[in-house]
Amino acid sequence: MNSSTAKSSAAYTEFHPRWYRPHVSVYWWLGEWRYLRFILRELSSVFVAAFVIVTLLGLRALRNGPEAYARFQHRLQTPTAIALSTISLFFVLFHTITWFNLAPRAMAVRWRGKRLPDIAIAAPNYALWLIVSVALGWLVLR
Amino acid sequence: MSTQKPSNEALLWMLFSTGGVIAAFLVPVHIFLFGLAFPLGWLEAPSYEHLKLLVGMPAVRIYLFLLCSVPLFHWAHRFRYTLYDGLQVKHLNEVIFTLCYGGALLGTAVAGYLLWRMA
Repeated sequence: MNSSTAKSSAAYTEFHPRWYRPHVSVYWWLGEWRYLRFILRELSSVFVAAFVIVTLLGLRALRNGPEAYARFQHRLQTPTAIALSTISLFFVLFHTITWFNLAPRAMAVRWRGKRLPDIAIAAPNYALWLIVSVALGWLVLR
Repeated sequence: MSTQKPSNEALLWMLFSTGGVIAAFLVPVHIFLFGLAFPLGWLEAPSYEHLKLLVGMPAVRIYLFLLCSVPLFHWAHRFRYTLYDGLQVKHLNEVIFTLCYGGALLGTAVAGYLLWRMA
């Protein structure tokens, strides 16, 4: 509703219109698992950003020479770095799985007049993910 | 509260979803290899020379640029709305918007600079 119609309709009412706005607690997402899961899914992006920062630090070390890169590798072996990597991997996998599982909702593909089942959209994503991951590993390790 | 203002939400949403795809497909294997498998010795880490050779290839540099840049816009979008909905800090909306997309632009600039100057 745009504001001009709200104003004009208000002129016909005897009473001032009040919006119904239930108060929502700041902690609304803590009460139920599916709300918490939604917030955790959104927060996976923080670990994506952290990955980018670590990658940029690695590229800087790579540019600065073998000693700098050795120091960078050494820092990645500290317990803090391992803990960050482990947590990041969990969150990023959560992102990948939720993203692929949402793909069928985002793309409603029809074939011969029927909508393809969700699995037919999600499965190729998982397959491609596997292929891409193995290919990247092969490139780096070769 | 103008409803007619032209918005760049469509572009930002495109960057969000493209970044989401890139992050979903590529980031797990990167974290697994460089964050866990190499530091913990599960796999033998590639040598400095091999990585330097890889990063020397233009295609790899373009790949790394996209890998670093676009997922930052994915982060900016999600983080912005998480603060907006989750913590209901609507009064700080403009500050959050600036910090999120400013951060993504800064990261993009740093990635571009590093990869451009990677001799």
